[in-house]
Amino acid sequence: MTTEHTRRLRRIGAVVATGMALSLTLAACSATGDTGAETGTASDIEAALQEESTITVWAWAPAVEDIAAAFEEKYPKVTVDVVNAGTGNDQYIKLQNAIKAGSGAPDVAQIEYYALPQFALSDSLVDLNDFGFGDLEEKYTASTWGSVNLDGGVYALPQDSGPMALFYNQAVFDQFGIAVPTTWDEYVTAAQQLHAADPTKYITNDTGDAGFTTSMIWQAGGQPFVTENSTDVTVNLQDEGSKKFADTWNQLIEGDLVAPISSWSDEWYKGLGDGTIASLTIGAWMPGNLESGVPEASGDWRVAPMPTWEPGVAASSENGGGGDAILKQSKNKLAAAGFLEFMNAGEGTQISMDAGGFPSTTADLESDDFLNAESEYFGGQQINQVLVQSAKDVVPGWSYLPFQVYSNSIFGDTVGQSYANKTDLNEGLIAWQDAIAEYGNGQGFTVTSE
Amino acid sequence: MTTLSLSAKTGAPAPRRQRKRDWSGWKFVGPFMVVFALVLIAPVIYSIYLSLFKDQLIGGNSFVGLANYGQALSDPKFWESIGRVSLFLVVQVPIMLALALFAALAIDSARLHLSSFYRIAIFLPYAVPAVVAALMWGFMYGTRFGLVGNVNDFFGIDIPSPLSNSWILASIGNIVTWEFVGYNMLLFYAALRVIPADLYEAADLDGAGTFRVIRSIKLPALRPAIVIGTIFSIIGSFQLFNEPNILQSLAPNSISTYFTPNMYAYNLSFAGQQYNYSATIAIIVGLLTAAIAYAVQISGSRKEV
Repeated sequence: MTTEHTRRLRRIGAVVATGMALSLTLAACSATGDTGAETGTASDIEAALQEESTITVWAWAPAVEDIAAAFEEKYPKVTVDVVNAGTGNDQYIKLQNAIKAGSGAPDVAQIEYYALPQFALSDSLVDLNDFGFGDLEEKYTASTWGSVNLDGGVYALPQDSGPMALFYNQAVFDQFGIAVPTTWDEYVTAAQQLHAADPTKYITNDTGDAGFTTSMIWQAGGQPFVTENSTDVTVNLQDEGSKKFADTWNQLIEGDLVAPISSWSDEWYKGLGDGTIASLTIGAWMPGNLESGVPEASGDWRVAPMPTWEPGVAASSENGGGGDAILKQSKNKLAAAGFLEFMNAGEGTQISMDAGGFPSTTADLESDDFLNAESEYFGGQQINQVLVQSAKDVVPGWSYLPFQVYSNSIFGDTVGQSYANKTDLNEGLIAWQDAIAEYGNGQGFTVTSE
Repeated sequence: MTTLSLSAKTGAPAPRRQRKRDWSGWKFVGPFMVVFALVLIAPVIYSIYLSLFKDQLIGGNSFVGLANYGQALSDPKFWESIGRVSLFLVVQVPIMLALALFAALAIDSARLHLSSFYRIAIFLPYAVPAVVAALMWGFMYGTRFGLVGNVNDFFGIDIPSPLSNSWILASIGNIVTWEFVGYNMLLFYAALRVIPADLYEAADLDGAGTFRVIRSIKLPALRPAIVIGTIFSIIGSFQLFNEPNILQSLAPNSISTYFTPNMYAYNLSFAGQQYNYSATIAIIVGLLTAAIAYAVQISGSRKEV
């Protein structure tokens, strides 16, 4: 199927090339594709950027518009068409439909790390090694590079990242004399203390969130999803890390110690502002959201390292964040590659940071300006010191399912029931695992459920 | 749907009456038939075609015959969703129709001051888009910052959350009733208005009281309208989608991805890329709805005689 697909794409590509007089660009493109030669690709890209062309980019990150404008200024002959095709899942649905239809997909698309395997392993994305982008590895943090490096191919360039940290409301913690927890056991104790002192206050909110749960299991050292040879998937949501998370979190759920408020709801923003929700364990992209969404709590919040499972052993995980990929359907891959490099490995990273994105490029993370920036919202704390350290402490070896997007969409049907009924999370995780296995096998994967 | 197929049937035999084939009948129904074929027949045929295949992320597309139907008929999630809308149907529809009937009779009774105000007030929710209505009610249902929360705080009581697992279906029923009582009331009221005045005069002369008039004149005259209202409501129940789909973001653990058959089909195809299985579910639900609606129509019109 794959060869047939690419053959058809090539045929379409050829027709379009003659029709649109893009022959030069395409000839260069197919030359690299056929020979696999990596030498000279940088100059091929540079040449393509001096040709009249248009590329389409699907992205919802607000900075992309500005990056495209800066790019067009530098390469006036290339027009970058930025389309917001929806945020996250909405865009993936459209992208998946365009891939299935064989046309209509953009040249470049923003894809979060958790969704990347789905598109990469279904052979919809260009392996960026074709453009020599494998050499960019040293520019990025190990965890973000690991997220785009799948089965030996590089399928996206990382844009932002979300190393986790504990965001907490210092004012509430001080009021009730609660110490900032450094381990999850201390966290549970703090939750009990706080709720006992004031029943309207909760340590955090949680109604079941697939992204949060997988990030927590990640930090606990779990590796519930293992994919080999693209199609052999092993699921084990009862491995040591998963159980460690579930057993600890059970104490919070069963004890009514977390606020039953869904994240990103109006209630959530209100709760973050009035102290009902006293802390959040969440990705490093959160400060901008707090500043814009919860202005009334300015000065109250602080950032601490994510609580750990072993006292004194720093560990963290990624939560959210993503990169940008080139679609196989693209008829202008060289220009797309040029834009991608500009956006995520060149001038674009600074524009993205200015818009509040947390970078994945080590040079930006290590810069003095970034590390020593004092955040007024966080009472003058140098929050990036904590967040950058978290990026270094991310536990290696994690991977997502090649059909994570759908699996996350049925999280509420399974694990969510444990939240709703305040029952054992392990049972919910087992139900999720069964549903994942059923779906995967139905889609032609070989899913082993352990 | 039933009325459409009837008109198609009566249209077809016309050309056969003449020996020489005369196409003028077809010229009249032609424009309709083209649109009908394009927007109704073609999608149904395409769905049936889709339902006979299985397209996998790995392995591609293959013909599987009726395997998808077998899978659907033994799918507990599918039956759970059918069971849920059936429960909704037998509880919500009678309540809604009874309320609509009461409102129509009250407005028609001519004993009500400001009857045109009541008519428009009861009808108004129907003009509110279902999406807006669901959002609005969703906010009112909030136990923390919503109306329910305010009531709890004010009276110091503890109303169970309308968005919890055990109350969510009733809460959705409440929204749907609020939306559609006015529509059904108007349906009934229109039927009441066409009853000839001499029937009332005759009843008056015979000394019939208000309730006797309702029982012997108004209700029999309303029967066709009630049958129509019931059929629309059955179809609406089986197609329940907007309200639960919007409330899902507020109550993700109470409303599953297979809460109603339509939500199941939607999530299968748009989140899970299972277009084929989704088409199968849609066809089975369509057949089931048509069968139940047809049964109601048959039994409704039989009693009429």
